Amino acid sequence: MARTAVLGRLNWQLGNVAELVQETPRVASLVFDVPAWPGHLAGQHVDVRLTADDGYQAERSYSIASAPEDPRLAITVERLDDGEVSPYLVGEVRKGDKIELRGPIGGYFVWRGGDDRPLLLVAGGSGIVPLMAMIRHRTAGKSTTATKLLYSSRSEDDIIYKAELDALAAVGDGLTVAHCLTRTQPPGWRGYARRIDRAMLEEVAWPKAQNPIIFVCGPTPMVEAVAGHLVDMGFDAASIKTERFGPTGG
Amino acid sequence: MTVQQSDLKLDGNAIAGLLREIFTMEMTTAESTCAGCHKVHAVGQVEVYMNAPGVVVRCPACGQVQMRIVKGGGRYWLDLTGIRSLEFSA
Amino acid sequence: MSFISRGFRGKRRDTASSSRVPPGQYVVNDFPVLSAGPTPRVALSEWTFVVEGEIDEPKKWTWEEFRKLPAEEVTKDIHCVTKWTKLDTAWKGVSVDTILEGVETAAEFVMAFSYGGYTTNLPLEDVTGGKAWVAYEFDGQPLHPQHGGPARLLVPHLYFWKSAKWVRGLRLLKEDQPGFWESNGYNMYGDPWREQRYWGD
Repeated sequence: MARTAVLGRLNWQLGNVAELVQETPRVASLVFDVPAWPGHLAGQHVDVRLTADDGYQAERSYSIASAPEDPRLAITVERLDDGEVSPYLVGEVRKGDKIELRGPIGGYFVWRGGDDRPLLLVAGGSGIVPLMAMIRHRTAGKSTTATKLLYSSRSEDDIIYKAELDALAAVGDGLTVAHCLTRTQPPGWRGYARRIDRAMLEEVAWPKAQNPIIFVCGPTPMVEAVAGHLVDMGFDAASIKTERFGPTGG
Repeated sequence: MTVQQSDLKLDGNAIAGLLREIFTMEMTTAESTCAGCHKVHAVGQVEVYMNAPGVVVRCPACGQVQMRIVKGGGRYWLDLTGIRSLEFSA
Repeated sequence: MSFISRGFRGKRRDTASSSRVPPGQYVVNDFPVLSAGPTPRVALSEWTFVVEGEIDEPKKWTWEEFRKLPAEEVTKDIHCVTKWTKLDTAWKGVSVDTILEGVETAAEFVMAFSYGGYTTNLPLEDVTGGKAWVAYEFDGQPLHPQHGGPARLLVPHLYFWKSAKWVRGLRLLKEDQPGFWESNGYNMYGDPWREQRYWGD
């Protein structure tokens, strides 16, 4: 059974916004300096809390995008038009602003690395974020863990971290990346052009016998469909870790 | 009666912070045995409904309510009666 | 006092005091969807509504029968315990007075119960005298499942968790018993004007 760590009280801290990176038209990364950040594992998240001057508060969770080895903490946020928090984080926040956050949080959906098992990562939309922390951790540790990423986006312009993923895949150290674009594809597109389905997973996934660790992250319907297919394909349910993203503003 | 999957449903990862406030430990790797169907799931895998006056946790196998958590007025109310047993590291 | 986030306003909310907005509430223009579980999908051919409990003969209606009952259109303000208030919401439904017509009972309380297992308790006098409906239309349209359709209880003078979505019956009780939220922190009565959100309020 997996280990849990006694960690004590989680306190709110202030992160200083050191950099803003526009990843796609609707997605940006916020890079923080957090004094006394205790470190984190790839896959964990932070809770962010915003307070208006009349005392109104809103809290949301965001996966950490940066590798544990990175001295700065990054989150990547998709701006939702009818959102309450995301239009503030992606649009209003400036370098030098401070944001209240607490973490790192999570223990189930984490990849530490350091074992022999190959990795299968399946991402839908902003579900790529915690998986990117895993990929960055793999790179920072100079690991050669055999890793396959299957990443579903609406269009090529919506692929988050595209340049970085292309560069990492080109290194040839055991990371392969397969994209699927579900709504529109650029001319000459040779990747997948439909929602992730069983046939696609059969083509991309590791053979069962390789005993991969599998992480699936994205909107609930996608995660459940993919996890269902993987179980039907014979992967051990205990090897499949899932994290569902969705609206939490009440 | 059929049930629509996916509406507003998340998983235990979404309440990792809240559970850490209450238990002072990382709980998503804890394993919970459903009081209804007796199946065991990591807390990270349970169904979580958060868009509500409180948090409702349901068994992913049988849908029964496992936990209810209300935080308000300076207090927490925690109902764990849907969990037969919760196992986590010392 | 918490750190203030520069430039953060949050949802557009009007916290200006108004005689229509209970303490601690803010007005919203959308209609937030809250749920404790998956949205039940009930076929109208299977839907029934019952009155049972402290009653000589339980009453039961099919959807067709229920729709033949005299219905009213009402416009009300609604107040959710999660602090949003929505003004002038338009509903159509059957008054609980109509549903309980001819019922003789020693009960002083009801438990409303729903498809999907939700329950909420109320004093009988808070669902009678023109204060409550079983509503099946919102804003001129059939009530959407996300908002409790085919039919929900509507009790606008109490916090909206008392307006049970997907309602399928009322159980008449001699003594008050806590429902789903009332048994885990929420107030047995729930008057928004006295801010009765939690136990002991």
